[in-house]
Amino acid sequence: MPVVTYDNTDIPVDDEGFFTEPARWTEPMAEQVAKEAGIDTLTERHWIVIRFMRAQYAAKGTGPTVRVLGKTSGVSVKELYQLFPKGPAKTAAKIAGIPKPRGCI
Amino acid sequence: MGKHIVILGGGTAGTMAANRLCRTYDRSECRITVVDQNDDHLYQPGLLFVPFGLAQPRHLVRSRPRQLAPAVDYKMARIDRVDLDARTVRLAGGVRLSYDVLVVATGATLLPEETDGLTGPGWREKVFTFYDLPGAAGLRRALEVFEGGRLVIDVADLPLKCPVAPLEFAFLADWYFQQRGIRDRVELTYVTPLDGAFTQPVAAGALGGLLKDKGIELVTEFALGEVDGEGGRLVSYDEREVPFDLAVVVPLHGGAAYVERSEGLGDELGFVPVDPHTLQLPGRPEVFAIGDAAGLPASKAGSVAHFEGEVLVHNIGRHLAGQPLDASFDGHANCFVETGFHKALLIDFNYDTEPLSGHFPGPVGLPLLKESRAAHLGKLAFEWLYWHSLLPGRELPGIGSAMPEHGKRRIFH
Repeated sequence: MPVVTYDNTDIPVDDEGFFTEPARWTEPMAEQVAKEAGIDTLTERHWIVIRFMRAQYAAKGTGPTVRVLGKTSGVSVKELYQLFPKGPAKTAAKIAGIPKPRGCI
Repeated sequence: MGKHIVILGGGTAGTMAANRLCRTYDRSECRITVVDQNDDHLYQPGLLFVPFGLAQPRHLVRSRPRQLAPAVDYKMARIDRVDLDARTVRLAGGVRLSYDVLVVATGATLLPEETDGLTGPGWREKVFTFYDLPGAAGLRRALEVFEGGRLVIDVADLPLKCPVAPLEFAFLADWYFQQRGIRDRVELTYVTPLDGAFTQPVAAGALGGLLKDKGIELVTEFALGEVDGEGGRLVSYDEREVPFDLAVVVPLHGGAAYVERSEGLGDELGFVPVDPHTLQLPGRPEVFAIGDAAGLPASKAGSVAHFEGEVLVHNIGRHLAGQPLDASFDGHANCFVETGFHKALLIDFNYDTEPLSGHFPGPVGLPLLKESRAAHLGKLAFEWLYWHSLLPGRELPGIGSAMPEHGKRRIFH
């Protein structure tokens, strides 16, 4: 399993770079992951989404999809794409240190 | 005094569940009531064929109550809400039904109005869906007069009923325009929010390969934000555009409206978040959901409803007997994927195993993930089987709830 270093800590991730152990995530790591995802600065609007992702993961065992985020996080789908241009659910999950959201089929 | 099982929804899942329960229980043991808001049972797999003139709308609809065993009570009514604490269902007009066991089987609802512009200018003129009967019939007329240009098939978002149907539509469109001799004048584009033609990698590879072979362009990771009917453009949330002359859009799906009105019953999209293996609502042991109404990471397809039905009836029995439930539903789904030119391919998968190659249901059987005439004939034969065997709740020999492993080629990563 790949290991990456964030905030001077070795973190196991999956092949796509998602945390496999969300408990090891810290807020400083979020800034580093965000930079790798092409987001230079995390604003308070980003943090609303990131904290929401973590809370949903803690409650349900998986992060929400974009559509559910748009309905429940207080940030519209349109703004979610402005904040996380390359796919909000996936990017926000990666920055929030949770596994890739399971979609349905 | 017998128990009262109330099933909300008389579609594929609700009808099969009611008829299976009727075979299991005597009327003195269990009274079974099915509620739905109209009398028309639609054979949904047939919708795919309507736009191409391969099925007639009037042949796809039959009476709902006539599909139910005589011992089932059928109530035609709009459902207002479920009161989980009082164990009652409130129907429009003030009628209340008390239940000992509730089964939610009201399917998925199309929500085209939730996408900007989708139902605006051009709706049902050059922007269609074939996921309902009026849309499929309208699209047939639009295809008949289509003489060339850009035809785009778009899936707005997940979940959707029958995830392979839009792909089948693309394959059949290729066949249809070849039949008409104008394929060289039609640009076909398949647009999906996924990162491939289908969710799981092996199936995405096989189905993506078919798109390529048929000259159908694939646009991936396209989250539909807006439909500009007048300008003939699909616009994604990340501001990419796909131009069209005729658009076939699978709209957003949600659960039935009453689910959202019923406190504690539904999730954010109106689906019922039951346990993926027992089909029981956590914290409400007397409430189950099956079929498209269930908020499960499984395919919204009739085959899933069929396989769930077996586990549902078993678990209702265990619940009524005060026994622990069997967590045996594995997410099993199988689908015939029509690929045009009288061929189809079969896929078979579950929560944990992606569609694999090999044969179904055993080493001697239909080929999996490979086009064949046999699978096409299977798809056509399925309609008879649906009305005469599946809906009445009969078992299909050799095809059970648990996904068969025998005859499949495993892939080791």
